[in-house]
Amino acid sequence: MATGTFAERGADLELVGIQKRFPGFTAIEELDLLIPAGSFFALLGPSGCGKTTTLRLVAGLEEPTAGRILIGGKDVTDTKTYQRPVNTVFQSYALFPHMTILENVAFGLKRRKIDDPMGKAHEALRLVELDHVANRKPAQLSGGQQQRVALARAVVNRPALLLLDEPLGALDLKLRRQMQLELKSIQTEVGLTFLHVTHDQEEAMTMADTVAVMNKGRIEQMGAPEELYELPRTSFVANFLGQSNLFTGPVVSSNSTSVSVEVAGNKLTVPKERAARTEGTITVGIRPEKMILHTEKVAADSSRNVLSEGRVIDVSFSGVSTQYIVDFAGVGNVVVFAQNMVFGPVAHLGATVSVSWPIERGFVIEDNPEEESKFVLDHTTTSIATQAAGAGAE
Amino acid sequence: MAFAAFANTAEAVDVPKKKSKIALVLLAPGLAYLALFFLTPLISLIITSLQAPDIFGDIGDYVYAFQWQNYVTVINEYGVQFMRSFVYALIATLAALLVSYPIAYFIGVTARKWPVIQGLALILVIAPFFISFLLRTLAWKQLFSDNSPTITFLKSISLLAPDAQFQGSNFAVIFGLTYNFIPFMVLPIYTSLERLDLRLLEAGSDLYAKPSTSFWKITVPLSMPGVVSGVLLTFIPASGDFINASSEFLGGPGTQMVGNAIQSNFLVLNDYPAAAALSIMLMAVILIIVSVYVKRSGTEDLL
Repeated sequence: MATGTFAERGADLELVGIQKRFPGFTAIEELDLLIPAGSFFALLGPSGCGKTTTLRLVAGLEEPTAGRILIGGKDVTDTKTYQRPVNTVFQSYALFPHMTILENVAFGLKRRKIDDPMGKAHEALRLVELDHVANRKPAQLSGGQQQRVALARAVVNRPALLLLDEPLGALDLKLRRQMQLELKSIQTEVGLTFLHVTHDQEEAMTMADTVAVMNKGRIEQMGAPEELYELPRTSFVANFLGQSNLFTGPVVSSNSTSVSVEVAGNKLTVPKERAARTEGTITVGIRPEKMILHTEKVAADSSRNVLSEGRVIDVSFSGVSTQYIVDFAGVGNVVVFAQNMVFGPVAHLGATVSVSWPIERGFVIEDNPEEESKFVLDHTTTSIATQAAGAGAE
Repeated sequence: MAFAAFANTAEAVDVPKKKSKIALVLLAPGLAYLALFFLTPLISLIITSLQAPDIFGDIGDYVYAFQWQNYVTVINEYGVQFMRSFVYALIATLAALLVSYPIAYFIGVTARKWPVIQGLALILVIAPFFISFLLRTLAWKQLFSDNSPTITFLKSISLLAPDAQFQGSNFAVIFGLTYNFIPFMVLPIYTSLERLDLRLLEAGSDLYAKPSTSFWKITVPLSMPGVVSGVLLTFIPASGDFINASSEFLGGPGTQMVGNAIQSNFLVLNDYPAAAALSIMLMAVILIIVSVYVKRSGTEDLL
């Protein structure tokens, strides 16, 4: 690690055949990844999917069982954490309790013998609007403020690669939005490479250029946020990144441009270029907001798929839109989002409705989902209690 | 662990503002105890230290006077022992700190992954307390007596001069003090290190700090409350100790500490005012040293 100077620009990060096993379980099965210099890369996944382990491997806090890590083309697999041109914003903040905020932020600069560490630390604190608390101790700050200090402490070093471990988790919505913009502008301004680990799909999509969805120690799909959202390749991605309605059935007809499946007597058609598979039993997906709710009967034609005779079993109004859950015999529950363009909900509980969607909006995923659908209504007492406890804790 | 109490000395305590009669009632036994067994003897000691010999009485009979010259006399007579006490105590405290910190670090940090080893190591630290302090000190005297295998061996490999003696040397007394107070140093440092958040060390290393820098900048400052407690628990009793330095144990005529002077004045010479004056001066000097030390180490705003 060169001392005395900042990194000129971001560096690219390459993971080659990374594997990480802990005694008793495998955190990362097999990971190959190239993050180009200057990009904002998000690693998205549920807890326990191996995303934090990946981050710790890059930071040097864990050693991979197999594989190489390259930063800016240089193999850093065998170097120590303090030798890597990497800084981390830790989920636990990990601020030094015995130092003032200013000393915390200047810590890395001093270790690298950068000129004027205090001045630069003040500058970084101004960036996160906390310069007025520079002389306090971390314990005197709120959680959100501590998180911003952690961010300033990492960013001030202008690392070639900045690792963010759920950095905005403790912030309230308004501050989170503000920090997202701030982070994004720092990233574009300085051209640093950001590797952002999160379980918040919205955060990943709004901030990152490239999102990799990780599940059970593997990357399921990687690409630009729109790409992932519009054309998810697996049922996991389809449901972790937003919601999807998935219908599984046998292929009944197929021509040069489209493929059709039969689901409980309904024929659903998908363009071939949006189908990952075209033979056997396949799963068709459609995003809830791309569906149209009809209160009267509609007929399927060459431009749209239709499900009819459904019963509305849940209506939840959320301001901008209304979410309906419609039960179709033999198909199951279907989620539909309708924008509240004129006024509130148009269909009421128990009403008989149909849904339709343009053929070109559907997609076919590679795998078939497990029996259990994500949209099974789960009103058991445990889940209510969990939700209540979660709400109470916030 | 009861020893945790030692590590918390510097932490701010929120004093409830509300005055209540219950608090007074609950405090009463403690206050009565202090008045009876601390304040009364202290006042009696001060009075004794100012007494003058009874001209018409036997040796050992004293009458009340305001003979402050007693203090001048004991300073002139026992100044050397006084200085020696603090030098010995200081060296023993530093030696104990050097030995204890790695032990405490091992038990509190390194052994965290293995609770069984942690427990065993703690027992090993405490185990010596199961045997009387006097017996253990006597055992060292035996181990290092002139004709003991240890000394014979050290002499045979020329590590010791042929006429060297262990007992009665400065080294022997400081060794004894260090040995006896190591557990008092290990335990408070251990309780501090045991609570050390290892993620802070990860953050330090992420911020380009080498392990040695992380140790000095993060681990040591965060374990200061334990170090301060350990130093106080060692230095205060060590400077008043009279067992190790006594000729019957590890000391000799040239190693007498102030504790030995007090003992002989009180029990042998029956010069109670001199013994009392020495005690009070010892107490006063320790009080000054300790308050300067606590103030300087600045532990009051830790955490």
